[in-house]
Amino acid sequence: MNRDTTITLTTHSVEETLALGERIGRGLTGGDCLALVGQLGAGKTYLVKGIARGLGVKNERSVNSPTFVLVNEYNGRVAIHHLDAYRLGSADELIDLGFEEMCADASIAIVEWADRVPEAMPANSLWIRIEVAGETDRRIEIRCSDATLAKRLADAGVGPSR
Amino acid sequence: MTIALGIETSCDETSVAIVESSPNEERLRVHCNLIATQFDLHAKFGGVVPEIASRAHLQKLDLLVREALESTGIAPADLDVVTVTCMPGLIGTLLVGVTAARTLAWSWDKPLLGVNHIHAHATSAAIELDAPPWPAVALVVSGGHTSLYHVRDWDDISLLGATIDDAAGEAFDKVAAILELGYPGGPIVDRRAATGNPAAVAFPRSMLKGESLDFSFSGLKTAVLYEVHGRGNTSGGLVGITEERIADICASFSQAVVDVLVAKTRQAVRSTGARSVVVGGGVAANSVLRRDLTAACSADGIAVHLTPMRYCTDNAAMIASHGIRLFERGHRSDLALGASANVKD
Repeated sequence: MNRDTTITLTTHSVEETLALGERIGRGLTGGDCLALVGQLGAGKTYLVKGIARGLGVKNERSVNSPTFVLVNEYNGRVAIHHLDAYRLGSADELIDLGFEEMCADASIAIVEWADRVPEAMPANSLWIRIEVAGETDRRIEIRCSDATLAKRLADAGVGPSR
Repeated sequence: MTIALGIETSCDETSVAIVESSPNEERLRVHCNLIATQFDLHAKFGGVVPEIASRAHLQKLDLLVREALESTGIAPADLDVVTVTCMPGLIGTLLVGVTAARTLAWSWDKPLLGVNHIHAHATSAAIELDAPPWPAVALVVSGGHTSLYHVRDWDDISLLGATIDDAAGEAFDKVAAILELGYPGGPIVDRRAATGNPAAVAFPRSMLKGESLDFSFSGLKTAVLYEVHGRGNTSGGLVGITEERIADICASFSQAVVDVLVAKTRQAVRSTGARSVVVGGGVAANSVLRRDLTAACSADGIAVHLTPMRYCTDNAAMIASHGIRLFERGHRSDLALGASANVKD
């Protein structure tokens, strides 16, 4: 059985959060599913902007909050579905949006506020928790239960703060 | 005379409308504008349906189309075109509307026309005007969108700028959540702001670099979070908070959002040479925005047209209205019309 790999690090600015996201994005491939957790203003959407950059999304401006529209789609190396469970009442509503198809091999699904619908998240999801640790400091915990994904992330330079 | 059926299913709302244009007047006649959440379907359903599911749109749509025709006495044969939102939105719910529209157009032997949902918001202020306001700068400001467009005519619209993170309406909702004021946040924050001091807290006005007409409201949301809880803190600040302080934070936050919206809209007017400003989307209801934008444009000699409240939230009247104008200008869609989650511009 795989042991979870947990990486904890701190970013000190929006730019550092974007850069971390970019490294995470470089390590991802079709079929990966990301669960993002963190309160209002923690920087979830900006981490996704970085991830999209790492996945080769050209128009980074188009990466914005899906709270109201529920799902944004971007085209990078693979298709990216950026979802938001903030307004959802249950895991069933996430499934109704077509979430299972979005987790298929050809695309990457990223779910903000995933802690609101944990039962809908695949078992091998990459869980990323962002905590406010100061005015611009963010403590970011990345928990991975998939050994190959952990290896890809390590190869992409995602590791503890140096 | 042209009569259009409109169908809107891009996100939460299922809506069906019938709109008529007359060659003798600019003003469109909205025969009906049925929105499922504002219309009692429970008796016909016999149960509660999930709000966002595609199947919920599917169940409601058929009933709404029948109700629209029956309540107005308009027969399918009287229609000239079937219009439908085909982008942007949730792909699953968009497909429900598009498939229904394709089927109706085919079975009634009527032309079909796909409409861009955001372009419909951008032109919704003109539905009941007696003269066309174009060329105009359109501010579309809602929970999901904050964009500026240059509208030269109903079918000649270009994007000038948009939010790069949160929409303005979303910022209102999340500030209401930070202050635990309830949902939906826009009207609540607006009401609380009325008794507060807009200069009490110097919240940031994010203008972005240079002449950009893009918006960013994410930093403002975080600034409110820290103002409430203290720098770098995210909890504890609501204990013993006074009503006066809540009003001051709401007023100062609203003023910061509106200052940016007004400044960028004026900048867009200057750069395009437009002679009027139109505003659509749910945040068009905000009293500070209505007041300040009207005052600013009046000072600049620019006319302002705010979308009537009934056409501010997602609705099919704006789809049929936009669609009827495109139809009159010769636009048609193929019966193989598809849906797109994104807009490519």
